[in-house]
Amino acid sequence: MDSKITRDEVRHVALLARLELSEVEEELMTGQMNAILGYMDKLNELDTGGIEPTTHAVELRNVFRPDSVEPSLDRKDSLANAPGNDGVNFVVPRVL
Amino acid sequence: MEIHSFPIHRIHDLLESRQISAVETVTAFLERISAIDPGVHAYLATFGEKAIEEAKLFDSGAGNFSASPLAGTPIAIKDVIGIKGALTTCGSRILQGFVSPYDATVTKKLRQAGAIFIGKTNLDEFAMGSSTENSAFVKTRNPWDTERVPGGSSGGSAAAVAAGLCAGALGTDTGGSIRQPSSFCGVVGLKPTYGRVSRFGLVAFASSLDQIGPITRDVEDAAILLQAVAGYDPADSTSVDLPVPEYRAALSQSIQGLRLGIPREYFIEGTHPEVEAAVRNAISTCRSLGAEIVDISLPHTEYGIAAYYIIAPAEASSNLARYDGVKYGHRTQHSADLMEMYRKSRSEGFGSEVKRRIMLGTYVLSAGYYDAYYKKASQVRTLIRRDFLEAFQKCDAILAPVSPIPAFKIGEKSDDPLQMYLSDVFTLPASLAGIPGISVPCGFTSDNLPIGLQILGPHFREELVLRVAHQFEQATSFHLRDPELKG
Repeated sequence: MDSKITRDEVRHVALLARLELSEVEEELMTGQMNAILGYMDKLNELDTGGIEPTTHAVELRNVFRPDSVEPSLDRKDSLANAPGNDGVNFVVPRVL
Repeated sequence: MEIHSFPIHRIHDLLESRQISAVETVTAFLERISAIDPGVHAYLATFGEKAIEEAKLFDSGAGNFSASPLAGTPIAIKDVIGIKGALTTCGSRILQGFVSPYDATVTKKLRQAGAIFIGKTNLDEFAMGSSTENSAFVKTRNPWDTERVPGGSSGGSAAAVAAGLCAGALGTDTGGSIRQPSSFCGVVGLKPTYGRVSRFGLVAFASSLDQIGPITRDVEDAAILLQAVAGYDPADSTSVDLPVPEYRAALSQSIQGLRLGIPREYFIEGTHPEVEAAVRNAISTCRSLGAEIVDISLPHTEYGIAAYYIIAPAEASSNLARYDGVKYGHRTQHSADLMEMYRKSRSEGFGSEVKRRIMLGTYVLSAGYYDAYYKKASQVRTLIRRDFLEAFQKCDAILAPVSPIPAFKIGEKSDDPLQMYLSDVFTLPASLAGIPGISVPCGFTSDNLPIGLQILGPHFREELVLRVAHQFEQATSFHLRDPELKG
């Protein structure tokens, strides 16, 4: 089977996905992704030229409503599950 | 016979005629859970005290048993659906300790119908899996053979119903996660049409595929639970504003003259011979009930797996970006800056299958690969959907196996993700097309493992799917068998 994805690419995708894989995980993931992506080649048996993609199985329409203020989750409840908060804001490690 | 082996409608009759009380009912299930669940591990959490308190309220007259067929009945909820004030883990360490700040719409509706929540059931992490082995916390066992998996991802809900640990349950189905575990555990499981049931308060996996549905002891119970949760919800813009029929009323109508399609692509080499034999028998039963059996073709069936395992991970990689250690969930103790905090929190919190799907999804959506994978898969999705629409010109509903195999051994497939994916071959196409499907017991293997018949119908025709399932079920006795479990 052709190699679909190299270990370097796996490392790059992990960065995009905000994951950090160990050496062992990286190796295992490369093998598994190659097997799975190799299987996906099956789709190339089909000529899909001119076929519209389906992103939702049931037709969706835009939903409009008046722009009116309604009750929503209050600050206390919104912060209740946060691992870092000061009672007013979410707290994260220094960004700048 | 004991309360724990009664379907919801029978418990309701007993409650309504005051032959049993709600406290007796809830207590019977809680005692059963204490005795049996340590060997099954269907639950991640139970709400014993609260459930008894609610039952007492009913018995004291605050609840009206006649108001709803669910009044006072103990219902289990898959732990990917929020109940206000209760933990929602999604079977993941990344959400360990997360308390839902609001009710999901389905939970709110069940509460209004008088259901008593008895516990949250185990699942594959974020509903990603076909065996419930991917739960970060515990492996649920199949009540029919505790060396085997209950199926997944709603394995906890299916096992709980099969083992008599709740009167009925909610599961979720993205690619078969209600139908396949129901088949493996010998219970009834219905995936409604995409849009029939609100997803508000359901933790998202693949938003264009996820649906909530019932897992129950019989088809009448599935109709009762679906009735309670179906309908348009302004809080979910993908729920569809169509009238909800009276599902229970539709059950009793005969299937005389209905055209039932048998798709040749669902009877292929590799299917377990006893599964095929049981489904063929079920087809004969339907014929003897007066249905017209017609051969049909769903030519793109074999492409369902590849399309699904591109589309679902793509959506998952986007949905699961929210777990960043900021707003809720696990945050690493070891980070110097924000980027490291994101990466370490996510890597410590997610299990290997979830990481694999996030990686696959990120890859197929990334620059240079989008057309080859995601766009291609979405076009194939069109072809699969079209297959069904054309088939429903020739037949009213479709009969097929749910899974090519009965419940497999714990550990048998967990090292080979592709093999696990391939076992979803018969459930994925209906998910991609968005149509409703049910699994109803149709036999047992020589090893006494349950086999499910899958009945698929056109969009928003749950009443037809339920009717065929009910008529088949009432002509057979597979649904009346219970696993032998000793506490």
